[in-house]
Amino acid sequence: MSKKYDAGVKEYRDTYWTPDYIPLDTDLLACFKVTGQEGVPKEEVAAAVAAESSTGTWSTVWSELLTDLEFYKGRCYRIEDVPGDKESFYAFIAYPLDLFEEGSITNVLTSLVGNVFGFKALRHLRLEDIRFPMAFIKTCPGPPNGICVERDRMNKYGRPLLGCTIKPKLGLSGKNYGRVVYECLRGGLDFTKDDENINSQPFQRWQNRFEFVAEAVQLSQEETGEKKGHYLNCTAATPEEMYERAEFAKELGQPIIMHDYITGGFTANTGLSKWCRKNGMLLHIHRAMHAVIDRHPKHGIHFRVLAKCLRLSGGDQLHTGTVVGKLEGDRQTTLGFIDQLRESFVPEDRSRGNFFDQDWGSMPGVFAVASGGIHVWHMPALVAIFGDDSVLQFGGGTHGHPWGSAAGAAANRVALEACVKARNAGREIEKESRDILLEAAKHSPELAIALETWKEIKFEFDTVDKLDVN
Amino acid sequence: MPFKSTVGDYQTVATLETFGFLPPMSQDEIYDQIAYIIAQGWSPLVEHVHPSRSMATYWSYWKLPFFGEKDLGVIVSELEACHRAYPDHHVRLVGYDAYTQSQGSCFVVFEAR
Repeated sequence: MSKKYDAGVKEYRDTYWTPDYIPLDTDLLACFKVTGQEGVPKEEVAAAVAAESSTGTWSTVWSELLTDLEFYKGRCYRIEDVPGDKESFYAFIAYPLDLFEEGSITNVLTSLVGNVFGFKALRHLRLEDIRFPMAFIKTCPGPPNGICVERDRMNKYGRPLLGCTIKPKLGLSGKNYGRVVYECLRGGLDFTKDDENINSQPFQRWQNRFEFVAEAVQLSQEETGEKKGHYLNCTAATPEEMYERAEFAKELGQPIIMHDYITGGFTANTGLSKWCRKNGMLLHIHRAMHAVIDRHPKHGIHFRVLAKCLRLSGGDQLHTGTVVGKLEGDRQTTLGFIDQLRESFVPEDRSRGNFFDQDWGSMPGVFAVASGGIHVWHMPALVAIFGDDSVLQFGGGTHGHPWGSAAGAAANRVALEACVKARNAGREIEKESRDILLEAAKHSPELAIALETWKEIKFEFDTVDKLDVN
Repeated sequence: MPFKSTVGDYQTVATLETFGFLPPMSQDEIYDQIAYIIAQGWSPLVEHVHPSRSMATYWSYWKLPFFGEKDLGVIVSELEACHRAYPDHHVRLVGYDAYTQSQGSCFVVFEAR
């Protein structure tokens, strides 16, 4: 039946609050934590979020009647209280699949976290989770290689991978930088990493760095008999320069490059990821700027959403925090989003912050990278929390060793292998961490000295962003 | 000021990937690792290679993967048989995971003599 044009302002809830709606399997579902202005009814605020993130605008417009908005509109279908929080509530919104361009994470985020976040009727708004429908997932490229392929290329099995960021993070010449890479890799690490700040500065242009690093990787492989790699940061000012760097890394025979997906942007990331699949290159993903977006408990985007978006956009490794180190992140929440990176199906589980069942279908998994303020004493907890499909990265915990980076690397490698061996033998490695490390140190002076050096260092601050539980 | 004599020299070592930085395992420790592989539901597999080719992707299979084998003793005797037949080869034990098509475990049990 055709409708009449009725100019004016309608309440959002008349159109966008549909508590009887049963979401379709093809709908994209979102859960927002909403904090409205005082006095505005929850249903109205929630409906406004649905409207402003989909088809709605503040006034009725005649041109709406040229289409069937019932087919295209987002709908708020459920409202829930936030445990332990009286001023906020969860709004669950269903968006029809046709609102989004195939394979475009950029497009999904432009809609869901666009103008609506500045909407005046809201005090705060946080996107807690997205359930991506399989119909959308199958249009996304996903990780260029995935966990299985990365293990096969790097010949690393049965344990977490071990890495470290080169320090100092700024100011080394290309040759000195390559020296530090060489020291770490000959000492037993699998990977070293460009610091995210390293792009192509006056003290060290990218081409010069790539050449010295390639030699360090080659030499360390020959001397140790093991496969090695260094994440060459290709993040650049323009896509053209980014691809130029990636091409050169390939020319040098390097196994892995790196990109910063939030500062670089999703469009750049998806493009580079597709290039990596085509060119047989692994892709390490850094997440600079994420805490600006994800740390406030009432405003922004939760990292689990950013992690899901990265898996869809593409990357073989993604930083996830460490739980135990210097950076923010509680254990249950971290476990919740590393599941989203690695598993093929993740069930709804509020105790881990996952608001929806999420089926990933055939999409490959992403290694979880734990990096930031960790040292050998953390190793048992890291192995227990992150499991084998992870990369554990010790920066200060490698270079800060009294004998230098090679000995620091060896200490970490001994500790890692001792923990894996003990876990496999059925020991409780977190409870018995002290015994396991001290036993291993009997055969490794490097580890003994590392244990002595970092014995008092802890980062025990309370988490700012906690799970909403009573 | 004299250079601090507490600084040691780290010598690069050639290693064979996982567990390469630990001392050789005792018989009991090897049993524990085999028991872990079996408990995970993975298939034990024995591979060997001449040290000159240890970085190659493919090492030679010893027979075939021991699909469905749950007897610890059988795996130990296959490892030893492989080592006897190829004393100048490295011999490694793999826990093959058909679900991920990857190796849940992999380490060298006998280094070449």
